[in-house]
Amino acid sequence: MDEHLGTGSRWRVAIPLALLTGISLPIAVGYIWIGVSTFSQRTFGLVPVDSQGNVGGLTLDNWSFLWEDPKIWQVTLNTFILAVGLTLGVVLISALAGYALSRISFPGRRPFLATTLILHAFPSVTLLIAIYFVLRWLAQLPLVGRDLPLIGGIGYNTLGGVILVSVGLELPLGIWLMKGFFDNISWDIERAALIDGCSRFRVWWQILMPLIKPGVAALSIFSFISGWNSFLIPYTFITTMEKSTLAAYLRSLLSDTAPVNYSTVAAVGLFQLIPVLLFFFFTQEYLLNIFSGGTKGGT
Amino acid sequence: MMEVRLIQLTKRFGDVTAVDRVDLEVGHGEFVALLGPSGCGKTTTLLMIAGIYAPTGGEIRFDDRVVNRIPPKDRNIGMVFQSYALYPHMTVLENITFPMRLKKVPKEVMLKRAQEVADMMGIGHLMDRRPGQLSGGQQQRVALGRALAKEPDILLFDEPLSNLDARLRLSMRAEIKRLQIELGITSIYVTHDQVEAMTMADRIAVMREGKLQAYETPDDLYDRPKNLFIAGFIGNPPMNFLDVEVVHQGERYLARRPGLEVAVAPERAQKAAGRGTVILGIRPEDVTVGQGPIQGQVYVVEPLGRDDLLDIQVGDIRIHALADPARRYAMGDSVQLAIDPDAVQFFDPRTEQSLLWT
Repeated sequence: MDEHLGTGSRWRVAIPLALLTGISLPIAVGYIWIGVSTFSQRTFGLVPVDSQGNVGGLTLDNWSFLWEDPKIWQVTLNTFILAVGLTLGVVLISALAGYALSRISFPGRRPFLATTLILHAFPSVTLLIAIYFVLRWLAQLPLVGRDLPLIGGIGYNTLGGVILVSVGLELPLGIWLMKGFFDNISWDIERAALIDGCSRFRVWWQILMPLIKPGVAALSIFSFISGWNSFLIPYTFITTMEKSTLAAYLRSLLSDTAPVNYSTVAAVGLFQLIPVLLFFFFTQEYLLNIFSGGTKGGT
Repeated sequence: MMEVRLIQLTKRFGDVTAVDRVDLEVGHGEFVALLGPSGCGKTTTLLMIAGIYAPTGGEIRFDDRVVNRIPPKDRNIGMVFQSYALYPHMTVLENITFPMRLKKVPKEVMLKRAQEVADMMGIGHLMDRRPGQLSGGQQQRVALGRALAKEPDILLFDEPLSNLDARLRLSMRAEIKRLQIELGITSIYVTHDQVEAMTMADRIAVMREGKLQAYETPDDLYDRPKNLFIAGFIGNPPMNFLDVEVVHQGERYLARRPGLEVAVAPERAQKAAGRGTVILGIRPEDVTVGQGPIQGQVYVVEPLGRDDLLDIQVGDIRIHALADPARRYAMGDSVQLAIDPDAVQFFDPRTEQSLLWT
């Protein structure tokens, strides 16, 4: 009887494992190819070969964009600014909105929540043209339109404009997430803080925000990665390469007319991937929190 | 020290009236318990006093000041919650000093006061710990310390002992009572546990479905219940209720129902005589098992340790009585019961009001 149960449970583990391995294999092979090809002249399957087709031909030439193309560092910086800007915007606004939606009863609260959810389901591609007109209009505004330091402005063809749009598109998810975390904090703590002499804002900042740190961390990481990887919005709304981001830079290497050096494309791709991998490596624990929706234990 | 007065205080949530025109007056340094079953509006009342809920109607006065619109932070209140509501990311010291930091109390004064309060609460050695590292009892002491250290005018308690185990509850009960008397801070204590209310409070406000049922001293509440609800709610094991008719026979007054006829004290019976069927209430401790005019049969025996609680079948009803465990009553025994004629209560079955204490 025991033996039977034993084998049964072993199978129960083995089958999903085999399935997952099968599904993950193509993805893993893809990443291995990227890694191999960035350091070789050509590849044959996963084997590096030289121009004659002999095994070997290892080279660093594909990485030469790092020292030969001055744009790459500007573009990397832009991407970083976009990711950080997006993170700050999303976390700050979501945390405030999530608190209000979790704690304050105001007219239109439920419709607002429902609308947010629908907006999240909207594919952003459908909004591109409308957003284009909005950004064009914003670009006319004095100062904030085109003349801000670092982010350029909030109009068309500026990093700030892209941040603005990306924040807007990320917000529905962020707000729901933060609301979930706030919902899990007992009312009593908030009441105690109000009675102890806090204003509403201080309760939010000094008592509740520290309690939802795991949620804030998860949302930050999530937003940072999505900003770092974002392609569609920056590609659409930034026309000059100097202002653009890594994903758009990568796209620029894929020409329709000239022959494409796929090894360089792979190298740029890997370059873009490095921070994300590092991020994942150090923060995966927090990232998993995003699905549990709150802190466990404690009062 | 402060006097709290609730005048026609009302709170509605949508269509539900949680608190319905409550009038209550808590004197300087008085300890008042709000007692009632869950959902009776007692916590809502407390939260209105704290300023968390805004009243829908009526007034809350601290001394002569109407505080309806004053935010909680400006009411100088200390509150202790059932869930402790400590700030988990702060140490015990930070928890206790938090209200004082917000009040901008000078640092030396703050630390001195925190240490005093902590020592008084017996948690002086735990100052560097976080709430998560403390036991329930210790957490509740920290919560009490936090409420006391800010030197509040009023202390509010929201079922503070309900999460503690029975033993701890007993000792904390005594401690809170002692502290309250020593410090003389006006206190309002919400509980559904009548023992807590009876043992600690100077006066008890009994609430039911948002309405104030009675507001009296524990003794009055116990000995002179104003209505059927209070009579049944206060006292453990609860009072027995029998439908009887009270008749005047010669010198004596008799309470009668099929299979049962007992003499009752004339000064009480007078008010119930000639009214047809009334409800007679008698507490289990006022029913004597042994000799008496009532014949019954033991239905079940529940040993309580100091007493045995007997459930006795008398005719078609059952009466609870307390008996000496040494008598070793068993199921099915035939027994005789007597009722203390001076301890009976009478209620109008229609209005449920007491016929004795109106």
